[in-house]
Amino acid sequence: MTNVSHELDTRFRAAAADQGLLDVAYDVIESPLGDLFVGVSDRGLCVISYEADPDAQVERLARGFGSRVLRSPRPIDPARRQLDEYFEGKRRRFDLEVDLRLTRDFGRTVLEELGRVPFGEVTTYGALAAKAGKPRAARAVGTIMNRNPLPIVLPCHRVVGANGSLVGYAGGLERKQTLLRLEGALLA
Amino acid sequence: MHIPPFETFYAEQKDPVFAHLRRLLGPAAEDAFQETFLRALRAYPELRNGRHLRAWVFTIATRIAIDEARRTRPRGELPELAVEDGLPPQAELGPLTDGLPPKERAAVVLRYGFDLPYDEIAAALGSSEDAARQAASSGVRRLRERSKKS
Repeated sequence: MTNVSHELDTRFRAAAADQGLLDVAYDVIESPLGDLFVGVSDRGLCVISYEADPDAQVERLARGFGSRVLRSPRPIDPARRQLDEYFEGKRRRFDLEVDLRLTRDFGRTVLEELGRVPFGEVTTYGALAAKAGKPRAARAVGTIMNRNPLPIVLPCHRVVGANGSLVGYAGGLERKQTLLRLEGALLA
Repeated sequence: MHIPPFETFYAEQKDPVFAHLRRLLGPAAEDAFQETFLRALRAYPELRNGRHLRAWVFTIATRIAIDEARRTRPRGELPELAVEDGLPPQAELGPLTDGLPPKERAAVVLRYGFDLPYDEIAAALGSSEDAARQAASSGVRRLRERSKKS
């Protein structure tokens, strides 16, 4: 049996995106933190995950955004470029549309506030809860950080405990430390 | 039945569909391949269940191949051989079978134009092998009757 050539496969994946036929285009990109699974919908960046194995991600995206999920590198290029620049220390804020349609209410508000925490600074769960209008909801904010669909770009690594401890990170504490060190927010 | 993400569907079907198109069209299969999956992608949100996905995409591919063959090899021209499998393509069966019910038409073209075995025709039509056989033979009967009249 003649299999589909790499060129033909690549051409189809590009055409599918060019013609606007995808609910989500995704790719797996390399980073100093390991491979990242990155997805983009017609509205913007909709997923970044440290869990780079596509199968589970693809199923989850299809349930949330629609069944037309396809690996297609080109739509990911702006995010790929900005993430590269960030990791090289050449970028301090991301200029990307984001698609938070699967979040709602308080969760959405918190993520929007999170997006305003500047490079190189840290805040606390409680302070973020207060900014989002519920000063007593620090614990809920912890859960929201843990489920952040766009880590790095929405900088949940900049959120720490009231006593300054790192507390936790969906990608593992080591990654949180690496990111804070990269930003100069953590010494040593 | 659950409709898989398009990536999963595509990964499973791309090689069989391409092989099918190569048999039908030879080197022209590449454009038909892309057109097949773009058309599948357009129709994908309307799918109501995930059964017969292979038959579904084979049907799309077959229709595209028939159109492609008709477009590139107008009636009266000698068809080129699809050398790879030594099978003569089918171009002249396209126009000849115009007006047959779609299933019969596809069955006739696949059987007598492309020399596909009935199990593959059944897969392409999304029906049983018996039904494929039936469709081909009633298509042929209809063509005979038509040629008597003219």
